[in-house]
Amino acid sequence: MADERGSSRHSSGPKGRGASRGGEKGGPRRSMFRRRKVCKFCADKIDHIDYKDVKMLQPFIPERAKIIPRRISGVCAMHQRKLQTAIKRARLLALLPYVTD
Amino acid sequence: MSQKRLYELIYIVSPDATEQAIAELHTQVDSIVTRLHGEMVKTENWGRRRLAYRIGKHREGTYVLEMFNGTGEVTKELDRRLKVTDSVIRHLLVRIDEDLKVAERDRARRQAEADQRAAKGLPPLGQGRRRTSDDSDDDGHDRAEV
Repeated sequence: MADERGSSRHSSGPKGRGASRGGEKGGPRRSMFRRRKVCKFCADKIDHIDYKDVKMLQPFIPERAKIIPRRISGVCAMHQRKLQTAIKRARLLALLPYVTD
Repeated sequence: MSQKRLYELIYIVSPDATEQAIAELHTQVDSIVTRLHGEMVKTENWGRRRLAYRIGKHREGTYVLEMFNGTGEVTKELDRRLKVTDSVIRHLLVRIDEDLKVAERDRARRQAEADQRAAKGLPPLGQGRRRTSDDSDDDGHDRAEV
């Protein structure tokens, strides 16, 4: 059980989530409060993710300028796809960086 | 004759281009669009902006946005011309009518849903969504216990 918990820490993706839930039950000590993530774009009712809107895209590219994954940001699949194209277009136009150092 | 579509063009002009050169570039774009039976919808000059990274030796550039209706012929010609224009350091031409249509449809659907809810005397969405998210959380716990 303890082993499983340890490995679940490093695994990622939907399977990883399930495993960590199992671990949660085994060790109540680790059962930290997990806030339910809601897609920002669904919640704010944003239909069109515009690549020109740098302010909207910026939270999704933290310091290294990498696009943050869905499992962390909680963005839904449809909006992550749109966000992806928007960020890539913005990068082409030098509105957003590809990398920062 | 192929169909007319809405396109959006953004180009970055090198910072050492004069106001006049930028205006000239705009008229060039305009003439290409109108020559190929398109029409301009909107033009915006964002002015000088810092680039997020260096392009060539440039650190800043003047952004110009043009929106126009036209056929694929127009985009081909514009792409070709902008590529060979030295003062344009980068450009992006995208079709936007489809995206706008999708956005409009989503907005209409949400509006319709809200109207329906209001007609039934239900509270506006938000509470309902929170409850469903709690439900799915519970499901997760159930699965963990099995």
